[in-house]
Amino acid sequence: MIHILLIIFIITLFYMSIANRLMTYIKVLALQGVLLFFVVFIQLIEMNPVNLAFILLETIVFKSLAVPFFLSYLLKRNNITREAEPFLPNFVSLVITTAIVVVNILIANAIEDSHLDKIFFVVALSTLFFGLYIIATRRKIITHVMGYMVIENGVFVLSLAIGNEMPLLVNLGIMLDIFASVLILGIFMNKIGDVFKDVDVDQLSNLKDY
Amino acid sequence: MVVIYLLGSVAVVLTLFFSRNKQFVYSLLGLFLVWQTWFTLQACLHFGTTDSVYFTFDSLGILLLITLSIVAVPAAIHSYIYIENHFEPPRSRSIYLASLILLIMAISAGYLSNHIAVTWIFTEITTLSASALIYHHRNKLALEGTWKYVFICAISITFIFIGILFLSLSLQHAGSDNLSFTNLLARSDELNPIWLRLAFLFIFTGFTAKLGLVPMFTAGIDAKDTAPAPAGALLASVLMNLGFVGIFRFYIVIANTPLLHWAQLVVGTSAFLSLFVATVYMLKVKNIKRMFAYSGIEHMGIVMLGIAAGGIGYYAAILHIILHAFVKSTLFFQYNQLYRVFQNKSITHIGNYFKYNPTGAMVLLLGFISSAAMPPSGLFVSEFLIFKSMFDAGQILLLVVVLLLLTMIIWAFGKNIFKVLFVPAEGFNDAHVVRTSPWESLSQFLLLATAVYLGLNPPPIFVQLLKESIILLPH
Repeated sequence: MIHILLIIFIITLFYMSIANRLMTYIKVLALQGVLLFFVVFIQLIEMNPVNLAFILLETIVFKSLAVPFFLSYLLKRNNITREAEPFLPNFVSLVITTAIVVVNILIANAIEDSHLDKIFFVVALSTLFFGLYIIATRRKIITHVMGYMVIENGVFVLSLAIGNEMPLLVNLGIMLDIFASVLILGIFMNKIGDVFKDVDVDQLSNLKDY
Repeated sequence: MVVIYLLGSVAVVLTLFFSRNKQFVYSLLGLFLVWQTWFTLQACLHFGTTDSVYFTFDSLGILLLITLSIVAVPAAIHSYIYIENHFEPPRSRSIYLASLILLIMAISAGYLSNHIAVTWIFTEITTLSASALIYHHRNKLALEGTWKYVFICAISITFIFIGILFLSLSLQHAGSDNLSFTNLLARSDELNPIWLRLAFLFIFTGFTAKLGLVPMFTAGIDAKDTAPAPAGALLASVLMNLGFVGIFRFYIVIANTPLLHWAQLVVGTSAFLSLFVATVYMLKVKNIKRMFAYSGIEHMGIVMLGIAAGGIGYYAAILHIILHAFVKSTLFFQYNQLYRVFQNKSITHIGNYFKYNPTGAMVLLLGFISSAAMPPSGLFVSEFLIFKSMFDAGQILLLVVVLLLLTMIIWAFGKNIFKVLFVPAEGFNDAHVVRTSPWESLSQFLLLATAVYLGLNPPPIFVQLLKESIILLPH
C-alpha cells in the first residue's frame, strides 16, 4: 500500500513537469499533501499517538489545505497570469524529470542498506532534484515558491523513512517546513506582490557589482 | 545557564520590539551588551563543562564567542550612530535593534551547541533575524536582497536537514541515535561510509550559504550589500564564523574516518573555486560594499584551503577566521562614514577621502593592509602558515595558482582603495560635506590593533585555546 502511494507521488511529479497552469501546480501540491497524510498514517502507526496526531494534522492542514489556499489567494490578489512560463518546452521537462528518477533508482540500487526502504530514498531524492529543476527553469517567482514546497515534501518523505527510529527528526522537519514556508510566503504575501507588479525573475536583477 | 541567557535575550528582544521610547530602547541595547558580556564571562569560568545538555563551552566555541562579544560592542555603537543620522521612525528603529540582538543571541548559541540539530536550529534563527536586518530600508533593492537571501538560505537549511537525515541513517549502522558531535566522534569507526559521504556533501553545501563559499555564496553578498553597514559587519564576520563552526565540527568527525582524503578533496575544491570566483568578481566590482563582501569570500576560501591541507593549516585556519572577523567588521563599520561624505556606493563617485576625513581614511588604509595580509597585519601570520601547510601537503601547483589569484585580488583591492583615498571623484561637489568626528573611528583602530596583536604576539592562553580546538583532528 505504502509503495502504491509513493509511486503515485512520483507520478504527480511527472504531471507537474508538463503542467501549463499555475492552478494545476497548486492542485498537485494539495494532492501531494493528501498522499503524504496516508503515507504517514501507514508508516508511523506505531508511534506515540499525540505525536502522530500532530504530524497527521500538519500534513493535512498545512500541506494540503493552508499552503494551496494561500498560494491560490496570492495568484488572485496579485493578478498573476495563469501560465507557468517555463524556459524549456514540456517535452524536455518530461525527459529531464524521467532522467532524474532513473538516476535516483540507479543510485538506490547501488546502495546496500537494510535500514532503509529504497523506495523512500528514490522518491525523496527525485522530489528534491525535481524541485530544484522547477526553480531553475520557471520564470515566475511564485513558481520558485512552489518548487520550494515540492522540495519540502521530498525532505518530508525522507524523514518518514527513518521516522520510526527517530521521531525527533520528523518533528524537526515539520518545524523547518512551517518556519521556512511562513517566512517565504510571508515576504511574498506582504511585499513582493505589491512592489514588483508582474512578478518575474528578470525584475530581480537590480543588485549589481557596478 | 545557556537557557537563562537565551530566555533573558528573548525577553530583551520582545520588549524592544514593542517599545518605542528612544531612551528606553537604547538602554535596553546597553543592557543586552552587559548581558552578553556577563554570559561570555560565565562561559569562560565554566570552561569545558556541558550546560543544558546541548551546549558545551569548548575552546572553539569560547574563542568565537569572545570574538563575537568584542565585535558586538562597536556594532551596537555604530548602529546607534547610524540610526541617529538617518532619523529612523521609532518602529523601524525597534525592529532593527531587536533583530540585531536576536542575531547576536542565535550566533552565540550556535557556536556553543554540541548537537548538530541544535546548531541547525540556531542557523535557522540567524536567517530570520538577518532577513529583518536586510529589509531595513524597505525599498525595492532591499526587498530583492531579502528575497534572494531568504530563498537561498531556506534551500540551504533544507540541505543541512537532509544531511542530518543521512547522518542519522549512517549512525543507525552504529546502533545509536544520539546526534551529538561527541557521540558521532566516539562511533566514527562504525558509521556507514556511503550515508556519511552524502551527509557531508549536503551539510557542507548547506553551510556554505552562511560561510560564503561556492556554491551558495551569492545570497550573502547581496545581504551584506543591502543590510545597513553595522549589521552587514556582523553578517560579514561573526555569522560567517557560524557557518565555519557548523562545517568544522562535522569535519572533525569525518576526519577521523577513512573518508578524510575524500573530504579534503571536497573542501579543497570548493575553497579553490571560491578563491577563483572572488578574484573574478574583485576585478570587476565597482560597489565598495560588495567589494568588501567578495574579499570575505576570498578569505573563507583561504581558510578552507588550510583545513583541506591539514597539519599546521588547522591551527592557522582558526586563527584566520578570528582575525578576519576583526578586520572585515572594521571595514564595514568605516563604510557608513564614507557613505555620509559621498552619498554613493560606487567607487567611480568616491575619491580623495583623505581630504574629507583623514582619520577615517587611515582606517581604510590600515584595513586594506590588514585585509590584504601584508605585514604587520595579523592575517599575514595565518595566511603564511596556511601556505606553509599547503607546501607541506605537497600541493605546490595549487599553491602557485592560489598565490597568482591572491596577487590579482590584492591588485584589484588596492587599486580601488587607493582610488578612494587619493584620486578626486569626478563631478563631486564638496561644498556640503559633513564633518565626521574622529572619535567614530576609535573602535575601528582598536579592532585592527587587536588583530595585529593577536597575530604577531599571541598571548599563551590564546595559543593554547587554538591548539585545543584542533586537538581532535588527526595530525
